[in-house]
Amino acid sequence: MDAHQPTAVGYRRSVTDRIANGAGLAVLLVMTLLFLIPFYLLIRNGLASTKDITAPGWTLFPRDVQWHNLVDLFNDPEVPMLSSLRNSAIVAVLTTAGTLLVCSLAGYALARINHPHSNKIFYAVLATLMIPGAVTFVPSFVIVSWLGWVSDYRGLIIPALFSGFTVFLFRQYFLSFPKELEEAARIDGLGYGGTFWRIVVPNSGNFIAAIAVITFIQSWNAFLWPLVVAQDESAWTVQVTLSTFITAQTINIPQLFMAAAVSILPLVLVFVFLQRYLVQGVAQTGLKG
Amino acid sequence: MSEQTTAAPGVRPATGRLRSANSTRAIHGQRRAFWLFIAPFLIGLVVFVYFPIAWSAFLSFFDAQGTVTPTKFVGLGNYTTMLTDKAFVSSLVTFSAFALLIVPTTFVMSLFLAMLVNRVRVARAFFRSVFFLPTACSYVVASLIWKLSIFNGVRFGMANTLLGWIGVEPISWLASLDPPWYWLVIVTARLWLQAGFYMILFLAALQNINPELYEAAYVDGAKPGWQVFRHITLPLLRPTSISVLLLCLIAAYQAFDEFYNLLGAVEYARPPLVYLYHLALGSQQNFGLGSAGSLILAAIIAVVTVLQGKILGFGKPGD
Repeated sequence: MDAHQPTAVGYRRSVTDRIANGAGLAVLLVMTLLFLIPFYLLIRNGLASTKDITAPGWTLFPRDVQWHNLVDLFNDPEVPMLSSLRNSAIVAVLTTAGTLLVCSLAGYALARINHPHSNKIFYAVLATLMIPGAVTFVPSFVIVSWLGWVSDYRGLIIPALFSGFTVFLFRQYFLSFPKELEEAARIDGLGYGGTFWRIVVPNSGNFIAAIAVITFIQSWNAFLWPLVVAQDESAWTVQVTLSTFITAQTINIPQLFMAAAVSILPLVLVFVFLQRYLVQGVAQTGLKG
Repeated sequence: MSEQTTAAPGVRPATGRLRSANSTRAIHGQRRAFWLFIAPFLIGLVVFVYFPIAWSAFLSFFDAQGTVTPTKFVGLGNYTTMLTDKAFVSSLVTFSAFALLIVPTTFVMSLFLAMLVNRVRVARAFFRSVFFLPTACSYVVASLIWKLSIFNGVRFGMANTLLGWIGVEPISWLASLDPPWYWLVIVTARLWLQAGFYMILFLAALQNINPELYEAAYVDGAKPGWQVFRHITLPLLRPTSISVLLLCLIAAYQAFDEFYNLLGAVEYARPPLVYLYHLALGSQQNFGLGSAGSLILAAIIAVVTVLQGKILGFGKPGD
């Protein structure tokens, strides 16, 4: 009896398991299809002609693929595609580099350098986490316009560098950094700067990469702040350009979808090649809201 | 450091004096290093976060149309104007309705996906990537796809094509108030964009659950499925669930991109940030009213965040 029971139970369990697994897999496949539809539409509409899209019935894929949509997009004098891609790239790269520099130094100071005011400053950083940055865009715009940074890279980049949340993440990370490494460096005669740059930073590659990927994606996809600051067409980021044509009266649908597909390409590449860091970054940012 | 400390009792007084001079210098060096490290951030925090809020508070007491250095003091006038402004109050209602719709749906969807991905035996990395991929999309791109293709109000829109196959007339998804189909458009867009992000959090938490707990539950006679989920999985996911709810709500507060791009400035669905954008940066350039509105909103959010933290037992600094 006793010898039989486990196998009987094990058998029953494996049958229900198998059914549950099969059902789970089926649901997963359906969800996969649903989640991929928007990407499918991006490509289908981007490579179609207007006639294909507006035709009655549904063409699964354009009968003759309009590769020239891509060329037209960059040749259209009405659409500042090239300049807005360039603006987005410059803004995202500099925002990422600046955020990493400013926030890692501050996070390190708060985690590792004793100072009587350290706690007060940390609370001043935490207080900013209660109010989402987007809510204070009116005040921030007031300062930026007073500084004369409207439609200027400085206005797009500099106010975005001082993220209390990123400082918080760096502080938490540095608190768990092995102290022995730093102490060894200090004994070898390195000061705080030397320890940070030669020991701490080179040994924190994964964490820094994770924060970098997250910051880059956020910056590339940012919309409200660029919409507020980049008022001249020459300063538009790619999101502002896309938005302008979504809300425009006359829309060239295939061209707009092609533009959207081009705009997500850099992030899809980041996604494919740096997914490890991205997943890690998400897990880090989510550990503590 | 530790070697020096243990050596200290044995050293002679002369060396002791030297040490204390050294440590005073060390403290000076330490304080200087602290300021050097933190100054760039601190200056930025003051100039671009605290100072704007302070200036905004100042502007909110003035009639500041088209100027940021106003002269006409109006006291609490801007605040009473905003709080009695039907459009502003209705924007607060819109935003509450949005939070009520998006937070539970995102929570359920991301947990559901995480559980499916967690138990699948084949191609787990592929499924995870698929659901996570929308994270790479911007709200603008999603709005574009939703507005001009999936929920395009004309006959060739995708949803209307599908409805056409079963003989339903095309629906103008974004302009329809009764029933308010625009909520379906708004909520599904954000759901698609953010579910994968939260799924990653749940997935990490699920993988941390000790499988022995499930075996123990099985031995104790718990039925696999709902019972195990309700009494084992869900309680163990509590910290992650709280994070997800909070993050999701904080993201909902900042709703702007999809409302702006999908609906423009329609009065029936205009969250506060869209309203404030048009007030302060539209033709009026009313920085006084805009500032007052921003501060009211910030105060509401701060209060809700603190209350929520208290209720959910979350948000103690430093842990």
